[in-house]
Amino acid sequence: MGMTRTQKLLARAAGLAEVKPGQLVLARLDRVLGNDITAPVAINEFRAMGASEVFDPNKVSLVMDHFAPNKDIKAATQCQLCRNFATEMGIAGFYDGGEMGVEHALLPEKGLVTAGDVIIGADSHTCTYGALGAFATGVGSTDMAVGMAKGKAWFKVPEAIRVVLTGRLGPMVSGKDLILTLIGMIGVDGALYQSLEFCGEGAESLSVSDRLCVCNMAIEAGAKNGIFPVDDLARAFLAEAGAAPPREVVPDPDATYARTIELDLGAIAPTVAFPHLPENTRNFDEIAALGPVTIDQVVIGSCTNGRLEDLQVAAEVLRGRTVAKGVRALVIPATQKIYLDAMEQGLLRVFIEAGALVSTPTCGPCLGGHMGILAPGERAVATTNRNFVGRMGHPESEVYLASPATAAASAVTGRITNPLDLERL
Amino acid sequence: MTETDGQVARVIRYGDNVDTDVIIPARYLNTTDKRELARHCMEDLDPHFVSRVRLGDVIVAGRNFGCGSSREHAPLVIKESGIALVVATSFARIFYRNAINIGLPIVECPKAAQDASDGDEMRFDLAAGMLENLSTGTRYSVEPFPPFVQDIIAAGGLARLAQRGGLD
Repeated sequence: MGMTRTQKLLARAAGLAEVKPGQLVLARLDRVLGNDITAPVAINEFRAMGASEVFDPNKVSLVMDHFAPNKDIKAATQCQLCRNFATEMGIAGFYDGGEMGVEHALLPEKGLVTAGDVIIGADSHTCTYGALGAFATGVGSTDMAVGMAKGKAWFKVPEAIRVVLTGRLGPMVSGKDLILTLIGMIGVDGALYQSLEFCGEGAESLSVSDRLCVCNMAIEAGAKNGIFPVDDLARAFLAEAGAAPPREVVPDPDATYARTIELDLGAIAPTVAFPHLPENTRNFDEIAALGPVTIDQVVIGSCTNGRLEDLQVAAEVLRGRTVAKGVRALVIPATQKIYLDAMEQGLLRVFIEAGALVSTPTCGPCLGGHMGILAPGERAVATTNRNFVGRMGHPESEVYLASPATAAASAVTGRITNPLDLERL
Repeated sequence: MTETDGQVARVIRYGDNVDTDVIIPARYLNTTDKRELARHCMEDLDPHFVSRVRLGDVIVAGRNFGCGSSREHAPLVIKESGIALVVATSFARIFYRNAINIGLPIVECPKAAQDASDGDEMRFDLAAGMLENLSTGTRYSVEPFPPFVQDIIAAGGLARLAQRGGLD
């Protein structure tokens, strides 16, 4: 029986010629990741196991990004625990302070993931790296602890949904609109226990930044992983980042899929996910019928949309315009490199002159951690990935998920706004 | 067998898509202290959970229980609160494996989930694959876990299994 791309990667990592959906396999890991929230639990578990060394200090990454820069004494203590562990275990890949960045933007940028890798991260958005042809999935702290000790993890081999992309995205439409549209179609459990395998000429038309965004939110459809084919664009990205040589696989021609979804990128329109689920998507015809949705905050950043391309689009919208009175607009470059590149390209000036504030990299507001928490009744348009109850602050606040272009346009008007309409307003 | 198998348990009923952000809001995750975290269990969905939960209670929910963040703090606080079992129509996959890895008993049983109401009484014997709603008088058979997952559970969690060489 033919195997999907994901099944082939898992078979190789498990040392098996073939795997079947539903089969449990023990796979060798190429990387184990944790952050300042999940790693402390894993480190405690690692020690409780009696483990004395990690399987490979070069294959463990610890990124202090959620409550960092340390927001309070408890958060500082968690980071300290991680730092001490990294020193003790000889883990060079410990990222904090001026070396830090939002983990899923940072690892690809540092060349720490490559096509063919099998990666677990104690963070649900670890699925981001599928954009570069890796099998990458989010796990909990115990899996991370065991992964650090043994270099292995157990997986149930998933079936796949094949997503065939055709056409090209229009102006001011991005990977974020694509993935929100898909989640709106299939629901927050539409790909539960399954892979989302993207393919088609439309897939090759997407930038690496868009692919990273799409795979990042595969988990919001319940998927185990999202994955793209490896093409010249992906190879060039990996080479520039200094990643290990790609170990590519292609799906068998006779691979079977749970279902196939075809999407014409040319038909994707700006899309917003309303509270309190990423599947509650609306297009702007539907939003117009609701009447104005006024907002208090805009967040442009996160592992989903804090890359340079996202900031370039936001700056394009904000250039020569100003943030509406009463709206707090936060721009958070996802890594130090992105911050520096945005500075050199003059984007930070555009944001500041428009009346937005620019923060050092952090996950901060995305998870209601710090740096932009919402009060009762407040609404935010965010380029982040979740709009659950209380996600960005008070349980009576609301988060609307959108692309950087839509978020920036909404910052200008003070209500949820189609970036394509901004010229006409 | 867990210590509460066979005992009469009370149902605390929730709906679909209970996410890990409402199970344990991120604002409390600056500690790993389970007791401290458990004081906020279910806080953004059900502020009364902590005062009404009793040792051995069962959470029954709909589809996609535990969706969202991978935070293992979510199954940990549920277990720490004294919940003996979570029954759901379906579980989000990271929560599912986290629950197995830390030894929180969970069961996917759409029929039992659909039939149960808040306050119902349940009895279960997972080793025997049995779940019974005493309030409605309905018995359900439960699919056993695959052998490897049973090994994890029998060892008391993945870390214990790995410690004994179960992954070597």
